[in-house]
Amino acid sequence: MITTRKLVKRFGLKTVLRGVDFDVQPGEFVALLGPNGAGKTTFLRILSSLSRPSLGEVNIAGFKLPGEAAQVRARLGVVSHLPLLYGDLTAEENLRFYARMYGITDYELRITEVLEMVGLEHRRRDLVRTYSRGMQQRLAIGRAVLHDPQIMLFDEPYTGLDQDASSMLDVVLKTVAAQGRTVVMTSHDLARAEELATRFDILSRGIIAASATRRQLKKTNLLSFYKQALAG
Amino acid sequence: MNQKPLTLKILDVISLLLLLTAAYLAVFVAPTERVMGDVQRVFYFHIGTAWVALVGFVFTAGLSVVYLVTKDLKWDRIQVAAIEVSVVFFLITIILGSIWARPAWNTWWTWDPRLTTAAVTELIYIAYFMLRQGIDDPNKRARFGAVYALIGGLSAPITFFAIRLFRTIHPVVIAGSNAAAEGNFSMSDDMLQAFFFALFAFTVIFIDLFWNRIRLGEAQEKVEEMKLKAAY
Amino acid sequence: MVKRSGRRTTVSAQPSGSFVKAIGAIVWKDLRAEFRSWELVSAMLVFSLLVILIFNFALELDVKTRQSVTAGVLWSTFAFAGTLGLNRSMSIEKDRGCLDGLLLAPVDRSVIYFGKFISNLAFMLIVEAIVLPVYSILYNTNLFQPGLMLVILLGSIGYTAVGTLLAAMSMQTRTRDILLPILLFPVAFAVLLAAVKASGGFLDGAEFSEIAFPINLLITYDVVFIATSFMVFDTIVEE
Repeated sequence: MITTRKLVKRFGLKTVLRGVDFDVQPGEFVALLGPNGAGKTTFLRILSSLSRPSLGEVNIAGFKLPGEAAQVRARLGVVSHLPLLYGDLTAEENLRFYARMYGITDYELRITEVLEMVGLEHRRRDLVRTYSRGMQQRLAIGRAVLHDPQIMLFDEPYTGLDQDASSMLDVVLKTVAAQGRTVVMTSHDLARAEELATRFDILSRGIIAASATRRQLKKTNLLSFYKQALAG
Repeated sequence: MNQKPLTLKILDVISLLLLLTAAYLAVFVAPTERVMGDVQRVFYFHIGTAWVALVGFVFTAGLSVVYLVTKDLKWDRIQVAAIEVSVVFFLITIILGSIWARPAWNTWWTWDPRLTTAAVTELIYIAYFMLRQGIDDPNKRARFGAVYALIGGLSAPITFFAIRLFRTIHPVVIAGSNAAAEGNFSMSDDMLQAFFFALFAFTVIFIDLFWNRIRLGEAQEKVEEMKLKAAY
Repeated sequence: MVKRSGRRTTVSAQPSGSFVKAIGAIVWKDLRAEFRSWELVSAMLVFSLLVILIFNFALELDVKTRQSVTAGVLWSTFAFAGTLGLNRSMSIEKDRGCLDGLLLAPVDRSVIYFGKFISNLAFMLIVEAIVLPVYSILYNTNLFQPGLMLVILLGSIGYTAVGTLLAAMSMQTRTRDILLPILLFPVAFAVLLAAVKASGGFLDGAEFSEIAFPINLLITYDVVFIATSFMVFDTIVEE
């Protein structure tokens, strides 16, 4: 579903990604972990077509980036730690806007469906600027699944959420994942990642330092796996 | 660090000689103009620098296109060099023009359209440097610089045409259809000689300074690279 | 409650119909948000009136002189207020990362340019439509001539065409909104010059042959800059 080969990203003379090889099969839920500055956000931005690689290949759902970016975007849903929502519009207006941008026809039904899924149907007519951070994140996920994408990318979705909001986000994420989508999520929160993901990859110093599926990780726990990968 | 190529060293010497010869021709050989007297001699250098700076500006618009197509940072270095040298030459043009204006029109500056447009064009290129200042990523800086230089380069001729809307007191030395212009004079053969020599001299001087400036840019890049290596 | 979403919805990648629809979506979004808060237009409007007030005292005009500078005062006002609008319109996209949201959509980048260009133009025209009658009343002159309205339209189009592009650029630099006037004014100088000349011509009731040249210049400027801006727009929003 997602493949990168020898992916390199440079900003001027600084190299952030030094040849990342990454493979994700359809239906997998990959947690991409790593310390600050490892390049997780940069990597995710490249996968989401917002940034171009300096070198290397990226293939998503059979399409190449950056050449066939438009086809890739139609199949991607992206949630970053910024909500990507317009404060002066209501929740349903925001969704309507994105529905139009994604060329979705007959979107009213879909919008209601999505709002119900993220538990915000009762506040659809409220301005997004009145929403709490947790609610905005949930609506952001709603925006991201609106066009029913096969692949979802989450960049630190739990940032800034309190306990309650995080629990609600858990539910939504599990729902989204259960629908057969391929998910890549970056996170600092190892505990959450452990609960949700089927595979764990550690990005360190610009490459994938280690990768293990949930099954392989049965004996060790995630924290020691993580520490070991960083040390090595 | 590369040694200065022999061609460039020779060019440096030739440029200096040409500058001195042009000055000699302008001050001693060319006849004194009937109406304005000796101050008119400023004209040779004024036109020399103006011509070269304007060609330089047009050239940079072309460079923008080349960079945007090739995305090779080498063209960005060349563009910076061209604009920098052009900005300085044009500043000299404006100052010399001002020196000439004082006795001819009895004022250092006038908001005559041609002068105003000259000031505006100069400001476009100063704005170019301010734009670059505010960007850290070299690729982004190069892209934005190229786009602005292109937009600026396109607007400059339109601005020059806009001056035809207003009466001008700036002398129209080459074909003048504007009867309201004052300060016209026609050139004798000796004057023409000094005039064309000055044009030639300044073209060579521009190329010399331009080449040196490109090398300076390359040296700066090398220093950045070495700093980065030393940091690791 | 969990619902499995069926694939009832269609996503179209690039049929020509959705190009216009996407532009429409952006314009609708900007207008909808603005008609709710009126933050942008009210700020531009108040600022315009203050500028006119300042000119009034700074220039201390008698009735005769005032007539000859009306065009200049109007266009200076529009230029300054325009910068406010452009800055604000772009910073809405920059905050909360909304620009990324636009870039993630499977549409051509020029859609974003045209969408923002049209909404920016709409806001500028709304402000101008209010300033004209106010100025007319304050100075007891009649500014409602079709010729003048045409010039205001053409001039605003040119100004906004370049302004949208440059605002998108300046928003991404360290100095952000401060940079926009520095970048915009020298480049927009030609359009402002031509607009002032043409406006003045219409207000003075000059012969059409005199006004034809600045109008042609305005049209040329509009065409050149709309074309250039939309062609280079994607290089400044892509990384």
